[in-house]
Amino acid sequence: MAESPKTIDVEVLRYRPEQESEPVWQRFTVPYTDDMSVLQALQQIKDDQDGSLSFRWSCRMAICGSCGMMVNGKPHLSCQTFLRDLLPGPVRIEALAHFPIERDLVVSVDGFVKKLESIKPYIIPKEPRTLAQGEYRQTPAQLEQFEQYSGCINCMLCYSACPQFGLDPTFTGPGVLALLHRYNADSRDGGQAQRMELLGSTEGVWNCTAVGYCSEVCPKGVDPANAVNQNKANSAKDYFLRFLSPRGSKA
Amino acid sequence: MNKPYVRPMTGWWKRDPFFMRYMARELTAFAVGAYAVILCVGVLRLAQGEAAWNGWLAALRSPVSIVLHVVLLVSMVVHAKSWFEIMPKTMPMIHVGGKRLGGQTITRVGWAATLIASLLLLALVWGWR
Repeated sequence: MAESPKTIDVEVLRYRPEQESEPVWQRFTVPYTDDMSVLQALQQIKDDQDGSLSFRWSCRMAICGSCGMMVNGKPHLSCQTFLRDLLPGPVRIEALAHFPIERDLVVSVDGFVKKLESIKPYIIPKEPRTLAQGEYRQTPAQLEQFEQYSGCINCMLCYSACPQFGLDPTFTGPGVLALLHRYNADSRDGGQAQRMELLGSTEGVWNCTAVGYCSEVCPKGVDPANAVNQNKANSAKDYFLRFLSPRGSKA
Repeated sequence: MNKPYVRPMTGWWKRDPFFMRYMARELTAFAVGAYAVILCVGVLRLAQGEAAWNGWLAALRSPVSIVLHVVLLVSMVVHAKSWFEIMPKTMPMIHVGGKRLGGQTITRVGWAATLIASLLLLALVWGWR
């Protein structure tokens, strides 16, 4: 006799702006196998139960950063979170916290992208360099200064773990500030002075209240809390050095 | 139609045990502040003469004051614990002998410094008598 398929209840926070003024929970019963991720449960719902369910995903291998969502109240990449670890359920899935919900599990990323652009997330050379001068050389110690922060995949889970961002959406936030540090800490970069104004502003590192949950939830071990709080010291140093030198520490 | 829904933040700190621990840490900062006020009052009373100073000392020995001090001490230990836990997140990379110092080591150095400072202070106070 064939064994009946195992099922798990999945509750999804739905928001369809044309029919709801605020989000509502909807329960689905999903047949599952031990190798199924939360993302696959959503795909099962979309394919076989309710084609109107909206969510983002792309690579299914925890590197594109598209499928971040709240799973049982905590920020996770849904492709990296397995149903077998959430038994017996129900599994509660909702859009990433602290972001405006566009539809179902899709949040608005406009603010995040604007912030990302604002920090000049690229190497700004210290001085013009010709091809004839060859490649930049870096010691392992110089690489170590920024390597960890370059692992960010822009999944925004850290923003969902940051109540300060929820309370004040103008806060530049953990991920973007970690990327800012990634470039400042790179020995090839000379753009620190250009990033200092944003870094030292109220929207910059000083808005961080050191909750530290951002680093806990990062799927890539980036440790944004470390990047942000190191730069409180940098910002303070910059502030006091300007009294000693007309050009401040930017010189 | 574009009508993004912004979720309210009311009661955000109750949503996750991590946030509750954070709020507890923030709350214990008041204990540190309260104790600083008590000490400042002591200095003020000292400046006002012997009678005022003795009055302050007597107030410290009251049962209410002793209970308050126990609460303040526990709060400060909790504060120190949470502070030393987050300390590695506030520091740049430290290399000792070519190896990067781990977060746990930084936390332990914080505790060791507290312990030594407390013992020195106690030795100083007891030695004074």
